[in-house]
Amino acid sequence: MRSRRPKLRDEVVTLAHGSGGKATRALVEGLFLEELRNPLLEPLGDSALLELNGSRLAFTTDSYVVKPLVFPGGDIGELAVNGTVNDLAVAGARPVALSAGFVVEEGLEIELLRRVAASMARAAEAAGVAVATGDTKVVERGKADGLYVNTAGIGLVPPGVDLDASRVRAGDRVLVSGTLGDHGMAVMIARGELALEVELESDTAPVHQLAASLLELGEAVRWLRDPTRGGLATALNELAQEAGLAVALDESALPLRPAVVGACEILGIDPLYVANEGKLVAVIASDAADEALARLRGFALGAEAALVGEIRPEPEGLVLLDTAFGGSRIVDMLVGDPLPRIC
Amino acid sequence: MKYVDEFRDGELAQRLAHEIEAVVEPGREVKIMEVCGGHTHAIYKHGVEHLVPREVDFVHGPGCPVCVIPMGRVDDAIALAERSGVTFTTFGDMMRVPGGRGSLLEAKARGADVRMVYSPLDALELARRNPEREVVFFAIGFETTAPATALTLLRARAEGVRNFSAFCNHVTIGPPLRTILDSPGLKLDAFIAPGHVSTVIGTRPYEFIVDEYGKPVVVTAFEPLDILQAVVMLLRQLREERCEVENQYTRVVRRDGNPRALAALEETMELRETFEWRGLGWIDHSALKLRPELADWDAEERFELPGDRVEDPKACQCGEVLIGAIKPWECRVFGTACTPERPIGTCMVSSEGACAAFYNYGRLARPHDTVPA
Repeated sequence: MRSRRPKLRDEVVTLAHGSGGKATRALVEGLFLEELRNPLLEPLGDSALLELNGSRLAFTTDSYVVKPLVFPGGDIGELAVNGTVNDLAVAGARPVALSAGFVVEEGLEIELLRRVAASMARAAEAAGVAVATGDTKVVERGKADGLYVNTAGIGLVPPGVDLDASRVRAGDRVLVSGTLGDHGMAVMIARGELALEVELESDTAPVHQLAASLLELGEAVRWLRDPTRGGLATALNELAQEAGLAVALDESALPLRPAVVGACEILGIDPLYVANEGKLVAVIASDAADEALARLRGFALGAEAALVGEIRPEPEGLVLLDTAFGGSRIVDMLVGDPLPRIC
Repeated sequence: MKYVDEFRDGELAQRLAHEIEAVVEPGREVKIMEVCGGHTHAIYKHGVEHLVPREVDFVHGPGCPVCVIPMGRVDDAIALAERSGVTFTTFGDMMRVPGGRGSLLEAKARGADVRMVYSPLDALELARRNPEREVVFFAIGFETTAPATALTLLRARAEGVRNFSAFCNHVTIGPPLRTILDSPGLKLDAFIAPGHVSTVIGTRPYEFIVDEYGKPVVVTAFEPLDILQAVVMLLRQLREERCEVENQYTRVVRRDGNPRALAALEETMELRETFEWRGLGWIDHSALKLRPELADWDAEERFELPGDRVEDPKACQCGEVLIGAIKPWECRVFGTACTPERPIGTCMVSSEGACAAFYNYGRLARPHDTVPA
């Protein structure tokens, strides 16, 4: 139940429309949803859910335009597989198969393309999915920045799984599976434009096992999301608006690497808005929250999982942060992205 | 994180909050203007307002460099950016500032070569690497950022980089403060003076506020504990009927400022006769331009600019917000026609702008305030 549909009033597309924040929402809801409206698209979830011959399928797609193509902790191929696997996983689905589309710029080294394909294969194997179909297009030099990759994926949603913002209740707890903002800052720093020397790796990883383990808790699991573009703040703002509830975060509980905090401090960026590519955020009924945390921490990938906040009845539709300093503030939707092309 | 966490310690904050409670005169409202947008941002980001009693009212001043640039200058910047052969470089904050003809972000989407940089030296490096392009740097900011522009210009000249120039919009902090102090109906009691500007200019330039207007001043650093400490210092001055320029930011600010930075400014820039401030109008001797000796690196000399003045939108009350006459949420377009994604006034653009800071972070009433949602 979203309050106000954003209107698209711009005349041309600007980079802000790709930020994942308010402008993206205006573009998606004010243009794509207007033109393509149908019951499967309407919920605008990370995956669409459809029923086929009695099975429930999750279906999703994502495009990757990250620059540079290879960055500390991963590359565009690994990112493209993990990203789509994660979109399926947080829909409650077991990932089954992916497609891969490549838009290649004339002049790209074959060796680099082979590396990307090989890391896709490794990531797919780790996630237990097959890259079952694909497509290749080559465009003239200067028309694409080396390589763009699109992946789509399907997964099976087990019976009984029901994840939705409408199931979130005041008093539920908010968990994240690990440190925030690692991917966005690692890519930003890898571009070398900032003259910052920080050792930081992208967190790109598949979260399907974490999600599957949480789903064993049954109805206590209300809602899952992978906080990618726009970071935790954007994911939770969408939740707050859809659920008509407030999300209150505890600043001192947020897991953050000192290197991410330091780089963000220098750049004036809030790590809450920085992308993650191997994390999930979960809303869990309060009596199951400790068990959920223990389950996440049982995985190497979830070793730094933390309880970071709770759901409150009001102020409706807002995300709040209780600051470590003793005050509180709003964490709003992002307007424009300070970090373009990180995924 | 070392050197950051120490200044954001919740326990120390509580201790200072108690100290403020002890020194504040119950029932007597004290309006404190924090001049600098960096302070405004910190106040909202850390929820400092929640830690002070109802008697203490923060009024957000004009010290947001993005907020004070008039629309006509933004149009000039867009005209420069749209020239063929020009690569226009700017701090990210300026990209979304609306002029009369849209923003730099929109100009970029239409095909202008606009690049975001973090330092004027990045712009100079772009010029070195692309000798066939004219690289123009959109120089904005108070005395804080002006020395970086000055040093970049000196380096460009020393290295003979001819395809680099600066579109200078640097402004000075003293004159707008005088304008505010002279404005009718002023209700301010004290000032939190900017920290970073003062590392360059020192604390002397604020002495007129004390001597001529009788308002206490504390030069203050940007961490939330610094701000609380400054509130204590100002309340003490008022309580003890003292009126001085005190320095809370002793870890870097000296009375005479930074002589090397001032020398670089002196060598490259001079005061303009007058300059238009968004919302505040024309203020004499309030901005800097490049000296004639640097005309070859001065975008205003090298390129023809439209130079058209654009009236502030009628609905916009940025001017009243900037002098503290009204609170952001009291503006007639706040949060309705004017939002961070569609700003009408500049106060809504930069995260240091009073309106954007309040919109993004505030909007939560202090327990004892009534703030419309």
